[in-house]
Amino acid sequence: MGINYIYPEFEVVRNDARCIRCRVCERQCSNQVHQYDKDLDLVISDESKCVNCKRCVSLCPTRALKVVKSDCLLRENANWSNDNINEVYKQAGSGGVLLSSMGNPKPFPVYWDKILINASQVTNPSIDPLREPMETKVFLGKKGSDIKHDENGNLITKLPPQLELSMPIMFSAMSYGSISYNAHESLARAATALGICYNTGEGGLHEDFYCYGPNTVVQVASGRFGVFKDYLEAGAAVEIKIGQGAKPGIGGHLPGTKIVGDISRTRMIPEGSDAISPAPHHDIYSIEDLRQLVFSLKEATEYKKPVIVKVAAVHNIAAIASGIARSGADIIAIDGYRGGTGAAPTRIRDNVGIPIELALASVDKRLRDEGIRNDVSLVVGGSIRSSSDVVKAIALGADACYIATAALLALGCHLCRTCHTGLCNWGIATQKPELVKRLNPDIGSERLINLMNAWRHEIKELMGGMGINSIEALRGNRLMLRGVGLNEKELEILGISHAGE
Amino acid sequence: MRQLEGQIRIPSGCAISAVISRDGRRMTGEKIIESLKPMHDRSNGLGGGFAGYGIYPRYKDYYALHIFYNDDLCRTECESYLRSNFVIVQAEIIPVRKMPAITNEPLIYRYFAQPLPSMLMTWQLDEDDFVARAVMEINTHLEGSYVFSSGKNMGVFKAVGFPEDVGVYYKLDEYEAYSWTAHGRYPTNTPGWWGGAHPFSLLNYSIVHNGEISSYDANRRFIEMFGYKCTLQTDTEVIAYITDFLLRRQKLTLEETASTIAAPFWSTIERRPPEEREKLTYLRTIYSNLLITGPFSIIVGFEGGLMALNDRLKLRSMVVAEKDDKVLIASEEAAIRAMEPDAAHVYAPAGGEPVIVKVKDGAY
Amino acid sequence: MKRVFVNEKWCLGCHLCEYNCAFANSGETNMAKALKNVKIRPRIRVEEGGDAITFAVSCRHCSDPICIKSCISGALSRDETGTVCIDHDKCVGCRTCILVCPYGAISEDENGVIQKCELCVKNAAGSPACVAGCPNRAIIFEER
Repeated sequence: MGINYIYPEFEVVRNDARCIRCRVCERQCSNQVHQYDKDLDLVISDESKCVNCKRCVSLCPTRALKVVKSDCLLRENANWSNDNINEVYKQAGSGGVLLSSMGNPKPFPVYWDKILINASQVTNPSIDPLREPMETKVFLGKKGSDIKHDENGNLITKLPPQLELSMPIMFSAMSYGSISYNAHESLARAATALGICYNTGEGGLHEDFYCYGPNTVVQVASGRFGVFKDYLEAGAAVEIKIGQGAKPGIGGHLPGTKIVGDISRTRMIPEGSDAISPAPHHDIYSIEDLRQLVFSLKEATEYKKPVIVKVAAVHNIAAIASGIARSGADIIAIDGYRGGTGAAPTRIRDNVGIPIELALASVDKRLRDEGIRNDVSLVVGGSIRSSSDVVKAIALGADACYIATAALLALGCHLCRTCHTGLCNWGIATQKPELVKRLNPDIGSERLINLMNAWRHEIKELMGGMGINSIEALRGNRLMLRGVGLNEKELEILGISHAGE
Repeated sequence: MRQLEGQIRIPSGCAISAVISRDGRRMTGEKIIESLKPMHDRSNGLGGGFAGYGIYPRYKDYYALHIFYNDDLCRTECESYLRSNFVIVQAEIIPVRKMPAITNEPLIYRYFAQPLPSMLMTWQLDEDDFVARAVMEINTHLEGSYVFSSGKNMGVFKAVGFPEDVGVYYKLDEYEAYSWTAHGRYPTNTPGWWGGAHPFSLLNYSIVHNGEISSYDANRRFIEMFGYKCTLQTDTEVIAYITDFLLRRQKLTLEETASTIAAPFWSTIERRPPEEREKLTYLRTIYSNLLITGPFSIIVGFEGGLMALNDRLKLRSMVVAEKDDKVLIASEEAAIRAMEPDAAHVYAPAGGEPVIVKVKDGAY
Repeated sequence: MKRVFVNEKWCLGCHLCEYNCAFANSGETNMAKALKNVKIRPRIRVEEGGDAITFAVSCRHCSDPICIKSCISGALSRDETGTVCIDHDKCVGCRTCILVCPYGAISEDENGVIQKCELCVKNAAGSPACVAGCPNRAIIFEER
C-alpha cells in the first residue's frame, strides 16, 4: 500500500495532564488504537484504526480522552462530499462492494419529527396516569370481525392464537451470530421480566434460551438456520422473514469465521462454513407460495401460535401487506428503510426502501379500505427511537413497534456502525470471548428493563394528556396527530391534518 | 367562509335526559321538554333534539324516514332516489310551530316507506341492511339531503336552538311515546346546520350523548370498515353506528355491547370468575378498537327499551331514578325532579355499569 | 457480613479497580492529581492467569483471620462488623501478616507499614470503590 488516500476520519485527543497511565484504553480497544510506550512513558494513539465507538472514552477514569471528527477535510464541495470521495478511494483500492452496519444515516426526512401529538384542554379532561389506571396491554394476532353464537345463543369466545404483550413494544430480530450470546441473554431476560417478546433472528435459538420461549419470537428466514420442530414449538410466535429494512431484496452473509462453537451448533451448519441466507425464500416466488409456508408453519405448531410475516417497507408496500393479510398471516411486521443491521452493502442500505411512517400509514389505510384490518395485526420497526415515536406509530395505526437499535444502545452500543468487523468493543456484535464477556447480562437486562419502563411511563403520560386510558383507543386514532412543515401529499399519505387545521 | 358540521369536528358539552314507562304507557312530549329547562345552562342554543318510541302506531310496520332538505331541488332529487328504492305509503311535511327562537330551518319531511322487494332481491340484503345502506347513500352522496331518523314506530326531532324550544317547535305535545330521550347541546362552534344536533339515529337505534370521546378517530376508522360512513364527525354519530353494528349486526346483548364499548379494565377482568373473564377478554380483544375512552354519558334508545351508560372512569354526570312504572335518567337530578318531583331510588350508576330498562313484553 | 466478591466470568482485566482503590485511599478529591506520575499501591490486585482469566483479589475478611493471629504488635483486629482493620500506629512493619495471608491480600505501603483493604470504611468513598467503579459488575459487595 503505497499511498494513503484517506486521512483518518477521527482524531483521538488525549489530555496528558489528566492521563494517569492506567492503560485501560489500551486494554479495552480491540482495534488496537492505543499503545503505552514505556520509554516515553506515554500512551500513543493510532487514529487510523479508530472507529469512534467511545469504549476508551467511556472507561477512562480521569476523562483524559475524547474522540472527535477530524478536521483534515478535502476541499469543500456540495456535490462531491468527503464521504463520496472517500468511498471512491476505497473502492478504487479494493475493487469491492462497500459494507456498512446499522441504519441508513443519510439526511432523509424523519417524519416522526414532523408529527405532533394532541392533548386535552377544557372540552374533555386529561387523565393523570399516577391516579387512574392506564392500560398498555395489547394482543397481536388475527381477530376477525364477526362474532359467532352457539346453538344456545351464547358467544363462542374462541379467538385465533394471540401474542399478549404488556406494552406495545418488542425487541426485533437480531440473530445469535450477528450479536453475542450475552446480548441475546440480556434481551431474553428483559423481555421475560417485562412481559414482552424478543426475536431470535434467523440464527436459531441457543439451547440455553429455550426457557425464555414464552417471550420469544422464533424466526424462519430464507437460510432456515436452526429451524426444526423444537425450535418452532419453543417460541410464542413464528416469524417468516421475507426482508429487512436495511437491505430489502438481498439476503445475508455471516462469514465462516463467526460460525464457531455454539453458533455452528445453533445454526446447524458446520463450523467455519459461511452462513448464506438467499435473497428470496426459494420456496416463495409469489404470494400463493407464502400462503403455503404460513400454513406449513401453522400445521407444524398445531395452529397454536400466531405467524408473523416480516417485510421491508418498499414502494408497493400497501398491496404487498394486503396480500400478506390474505395469505393467512396473523401479524405483519414492516421494517422501514432506517432499520439497523449487522452488515449490509452500503448502497442498498442508503438507497433502497421507504420511510416506515409512510409505509405504515398507507398499509393501515389499505387494510381498512379492504375491510381486513382486524384480520391482522401490524408491527412496525425501522427506527423507533423513543416513546413518542411509539405513540405516533400507534396513532397512525400500528398495533405494536419493533425496536432493535434503541435496545442495542441500551446495551452500550455507540452506533459506530462497524458491526461487520466483528470487533465490537461493547461485547454486542462480536463472537470473540474476551469481547463478549464485556456485556454482563445482569447489567444488560437491567438497562433494557429500565429503558422499557421509562418508555412505558412516558407513553402513559402522553396517553393521559390525550384523555385516553387504554392503548387500543389510541390505535389508528390519527385525529390525535398533526403534521408540521409537511406538504399536501405527505399529509394525505399520512392521513393527518396540518397543525392549525 | 364558515364550515358546516361534517366538514369540521366540533367538540360539545351537553345535557341528556330520558323517561320510559315499563308498562308501555304512552306519554306526551311535554314532560321530557320540562326536564330540559333546569339544565338550560348545559346547552347554548346551538342544538337540541328528542327521540320518541311508539309514536307512529298507525305506520308501525313502515320505516319512518325523517329528512332535512336544503331546498326543493334537493328534495326532488332525493325523492326520486327514494321512489326507485322504496314503496312510499305516506309523504308529508313534519308539522311545526313557527317561532322566533328557531330560525334558518331546512325543509323537513317524513316518509313512511318499505324497501321495494325487487331491490332487496337485487342487493341480496335484508330490510334493515337495505335501509341502513340507503341512509348512508343519501347522507354521503345526495348533497343537501340528510336522513336523520330511519326507524320503525319511532322518530327523531332535532334543530338548532335550545332544546325546550325545539320540543315546542316540533309540537311534541301532540306525540305519545312509551319512551323519550332528549338532548341539549353545547357545541364550541356553530354547527351551521341542523343535522349535527342530537339524537343521532340509525334504524331503531338512537343515541343522545354527553361528552367528547378521546377514542373518536380510532372508533371511526374501525367502524367505517363495515359500510358506515361518518359524515358529521361527531362522537354521537360514531357511537350510533357502533351500537348498530354490535347490537343488530353482531347480535350482541346490551350487556355485551356495554362490555365492549366501556370494557372493564384488565385488572378488573382478571378478578372475575373464569367464564365471565373469558367472555370479557374475548370482547375486549376482538373489538379492541371499539373501546370508547374519554368522558361520555349516553342513552341508547331502541325498540322497547333504553340503555344508559357512562364511560368507565365516570367522567360525566348521570343519575337514574324511578317513579311508579317509570324510569327517569338525566345528566342532573334537577331534570328528573322537573319530570317527577317525587321520584325515588335516585342513584348515580358507576362508570361502565349499564342501566338497562325494558318495557314489558307485548306492551309496546 | 457483606464482603467483596469477584466473578471471574465478568472480570475484563481492565485494572480500573486498582486505580479506583488507589484513588479512594489517596485522600485526594481529583483522580488525576492523586495518581498522575504515581506508582500506585492498590489494596486490590488483578491476577492475570495464563488462559485469559483475570481475577481481582483483595482481603477476604476471613472469619478466623490468620493475619490477626500472626500479628506481633496487635495492629490487626476485627471491628464489630467483622472487617479486618489495621492500626498504622501500632504496626511495626514486621511483615509476618504478608507472609501468612493465603490470598496475598496484604502489602506494604509507602511508609513501610502494611496496608490492606478495609472496605473503604475509613476513606471518603464510604463503601468499596472497586465495586462502584467496576464497569462490568465483576466485583460485588454483598452478604453471602
